[in-house]
Amino acid sequence: MSADEKFDAIIIGAGPAGAACAYVLAREGKSVLMVERGVTAGSKNVTGGRLYTYAMEMVEPGLYKRAPLQRKVVREQIMMLGTKSAVTVDYADFEFGEDVPQSYTVLRAPFDEWFAAEAEAKGAMVATGILVDELLEENGKIVGIKAGEDEMYADVVIAADGVNSLIGQKTGLRSDITPHLVGVGVKEIIELPDDVIAARFNLSGDEGAARLALGCTEGTSGGMFFYTNKGSVSLGIVFNPEQAAKRGKKIQEILQDLKMHPAIAPLIEGGTTAEYGAHLVPEVGLSGMPKKLYRDGLVMVGDAAGFGINTGVIIRGIDLAIVSGLAAANAVIEADGAAAVGPLYEKQLEKLSLMPSMRLFAGWHNILEMPRMFSEYPALANDAMRFMFTVDGKVPARMDKAMLQIVRRHVTFGQLLADGWRGYRAL
Amino acid sequence: MTIKRQSAEELLGLNKFNVDEGHPHIILDKSICAKCDEKPCLVICPAVLYTLKGGEINFDYAGCLECGTCRVMCKNKGITGWNYPRGTFGVSFRYG
Repeated sequence: MSADEKFDAIIIGAGPAGAACAYVLAREGKSVLMVERGVTAGSKNVTGGRLYTYAMEMVEPGLYKRAPLQRKVVREQIMMLGTKSAVTVDYADFEFGEDVPQSYTVLRAPFDEWFAAEAEAKGAMVATGILVDELLEENGKIVGIKAGEDEMYADVVIAADGVNSLIGQKTGLRSDITPHLVGVGVKEIIELPDDVIAARFNLSGDEGAARLALGCTEGTSGGMFFYTNKGSVSLGIVFNPEQAAKRGKKIQEILQDLKMHPAIAPLIEGGTTAEYGAHLVPEVGLSGMPKKLYRDGLVMVGDAAGFGINTGVIIRGIDLAIVSGLAAANAVIEADGAAAVGPLYEKQLEKLSLMPSMRLFAGWHNILEMPRMFSEYPALANDAMRFMFTVDGKVPARMDKAMLQIVRRHVTFGQLLADGWRGYRAL
Repeated sequence: MTIKRQSAEELLGLNKFNVDEGHPHIILDKSICAKCDEKPCLVICPAVLYTLKGGEINFDYAGCLECGTCRVMCKNKGITGWNYPRGTFGVSFRYG
């Protein structure tokens, strides 16, 4: 292709950030090429996961209704696992499922393929099965991409190539990712009949449950996630690779142990594993993001830019990716010349509440990096419950003394104070 | 089926792969790996594709999930080349 067949935008990667960007640009009449290395869009992608619906509504009201989403989440569950026990909080809020449901569980292969097809239907060109090797640069400006022998040109290149963004590194905008910045997620898709899922999680119709758990990673920073889909559940763990390496137990084995935990096994009993996936996730929020998300002729979106929020009960990534893709599209549409795109993209990220949200949660990863969150505190919660619910005919200890003893068994008061202070400062 | 522990091989057997025969996307310099004391790759690869055979690191790129954990964790840079597989090759998630 010669330079006179230039696109308004080339998007690298057909995940949610890329597809949202392509969809909006094509809808507004821009010429867009979206390049994806997988055989189909979504075939290289893995989520926990869920999608917070507001992001789809920002792209286009009602768009989510056409999407191949799984179940609308009305049950938010948190678990603290002991060796052979579990404390589970189950918050059912049916307003989360009314009007525009707040969130849906999602599987990325069908979702991303659908989203890319929607962008294509709006007029975007989607080229799958093509790995982008290089960026083309002229006079310090990114002017296109190179894939194999093919060179393609555009006013703006949008790097939407995911957390392990090799393209992002080639721009010089971000340094190589270090173990501290990411979590490793592994998950199994376990097929189960819908009536079994509904009965085990107390769901009706297309309602779904999302569950997170601590205390299952043998002290490594991380936790379990469990999402109910249509005809399957997603069960996995995410954790810090550096700590996992030090502990020396294989990630895959920790997941197998979790499957056999007496509080987890009954949830998946009778199921058949259909797929095993793994992926990195941006884990430290704002502090893991490149200082600048653009240079002349290029912007970075989604995981490539490091967008991610993890509060311990809320894990956001796909929604932020979609909003960042929308922000990039708006910037391209507004821009008077390619040089204006980057600064406008930054303005859009503010206007669409993305950067303000990232800043609000900037310190939260410090809470999730407290080592005691992953072993001592879950064990403490389980011991406290065991004391409260134990009846064996003997005279039990006084409640206050017993509780004090249980706390002391797991942590010192100094540690408690330090963690409390650290937690407070992180907010 | 009753739920049970599954080995990495069993789990990878469920996935769809299109192996780019003769074109490994991850290249090791085994002489560097031989001098690496930590060998985090043995533990952190979710697919358990790094193994020790007769004291030498063995790596099978065919079952790679393309997560990038080994690239991030490789301390002594025995991984001299890490790229994504060429277009259409590698794992294809059907669920994801």
